[in-house]
Amino acid sequence: MIPDIHLVRAGLSYRHHIIFNDINLHIPAGSTLALLGASGIGKTSLLRMLAGLTTSAETIQGHIKMSNNINIDTQIAYMAQQDLLLPWLNVLDNVMLPLKLCRHTSKDNRKGETFAENLLERAGLASAKKLFPHQLSGGMRQRTALVRTLIQEKPVILMDEPFSALDTITRYHLQNLALEMLRNKTIIFITHDPIEAIRLADNIYLMEGSPATIKHIASPKSAAPRDIHDDINIKLHAEIFTRLASGEVIT
Amino acid sequence: MNNYLRPLITTAGLLLLWQSVVILFQLPDYILPSPEQVVKVMHQQRYLLLHHMLPTLTETLAGFMLGALAGCVAACLIAYFKSLSRWFFPLLIISQALPVFAIAPLLVIWFGYGPGSKIAAAILMIFFPVTSALYDGLRRTNPGWLELAKTMNASKHAIFWHIQLPSSLPTLASGLRIAAVVAPVGAIVGEWVGSSKGLGYLMLNANARLQIDMMFAALLVIITMSLILYWCVDLSLKKIVWW
Repeated sequence: MIPDIHLVRAGLSYRHHIIFNDINLHIPAGSTLALLGASGIGKTSLLRMLAGLTTSAETIQGHIKMSNNINIDTQIAYMAQQDLLLPWLNVLDNVMLPLKLCRHTSKDNRKGETFAENLLERAGLASAKKLFPHQLSGGMRQRTALVRTLIQEKPVILMDEPFSALDTITRYHLQNLALEMLRNKTIIFITHDPIEAIRLADNIYLMEGSPATIKHIASPKSAAPRDIHDDINIKLHAEIFTRLASGEVIT
Repeated sequence: MNNYLRPLITTAGLLLLWQSVVILFQLPDYILPSPEQVVKVMHQQRYLLLHHMLPTLTETLAGFMLGALAGCVAACLIAYFKSLSRWFFPLLIISQALPVFAIAPLLVIWFGYGPGSKIAAAILMIFFPVTSALYDGLRRTNPGWLELAKTMNASKHAIFWHIQLPSSLPTLASGLRIAAVVAPVGAIVGEWVGSSKGLGYLMLNANARLQIDMMFAALLVIITMSLILYWCVDLSLKKIVWW
């Protein structure tokens, strides 16, 4: 079951510095949330908090409630800005890594391998499954990372600027692929690109201020992936830019 | 110019310089024999050199393998069990600070006049560079990989086995390359202190009889042996740790 996520008065401090506090946020099951904001504002810290990656120097306030009452730690798959592929493993083994790390039996692994091969085929990587990361292009590496995220079969996907290192065309194709492959999952992703947010997200939020707060800035109505040349989306893009510059909320 | 030609030219240049010094200063053989004389001795005494090379080679290989194995086990233990590091890391430093030359006589008393004491000396010389290299590699695993594994709810054992250990292999390879060069030195030191065979023994014997050309011949065999060992280790590591 895909859960709703509720952040209730969530806050995070690094030593004595408050990064963000009092954040209340509801992320409906199966929706895609894009988080925009300036560099260093605390977007990644929020995502890392959700992923259970806070360090001993950080203090968490408030709590994260899942509608299915299962701890969030066991329900997320994380995709970082870098692909984090292991250079000594080929594409198939990199994709299978989550299964190896979680002590699956050899029977599970055989099933997992079939599943991985299916996913690789869907991602257009079937012919590259025996290649090593250094033999792949940036787009192929990120697609492999996407498949590795997907094989975990987690209901919540956290992505930290997953496509930012790619060229425009590769990014465009990968956004479509991600949306298709991650359908029906709850997705939270960080981006610096309003166009990416408009194309993919059901709800767009902005993080700003110090300590940072989160504000809802738009909820595009049409189905994703959206055409960025559509008049409504061009207008929305302009409005988000205005919002980013002036600090007003779009209604 | 290929990679093999350059060192050959350098070596040839050095040999030429050596020969020139001997001719120019008319040095007698018991001070500095000419390269020509050393080569002549190497040819004349080839069976004797081979006879003494074999025990040194065996001790070197055994010392290298056992020292590398002990170093890897120690590094894995102190990296996996953090508390062990606090207790035993100072001992590792001490193992390196101890001059093997000084404790070699003790090794002969403890491990006997045979190959045991020479292997022990080689192990002592290799242990620290291997342990230090692997431990460093294990500690410097890309934090992104560790965090990713954490989000996958991986166990400490699985992270160590599937991520930390393979990621540390390139640094371990550096340690093993150093060990390959140092291993023959350990065996020779052991032979100097007490033995009846080996290139170290042959060198001491030749020195006592002022057979400096034989000393140089033994030295050249040791150098050749070290270079071949280094080359084999380097080639194997490049095949195994290719990333």
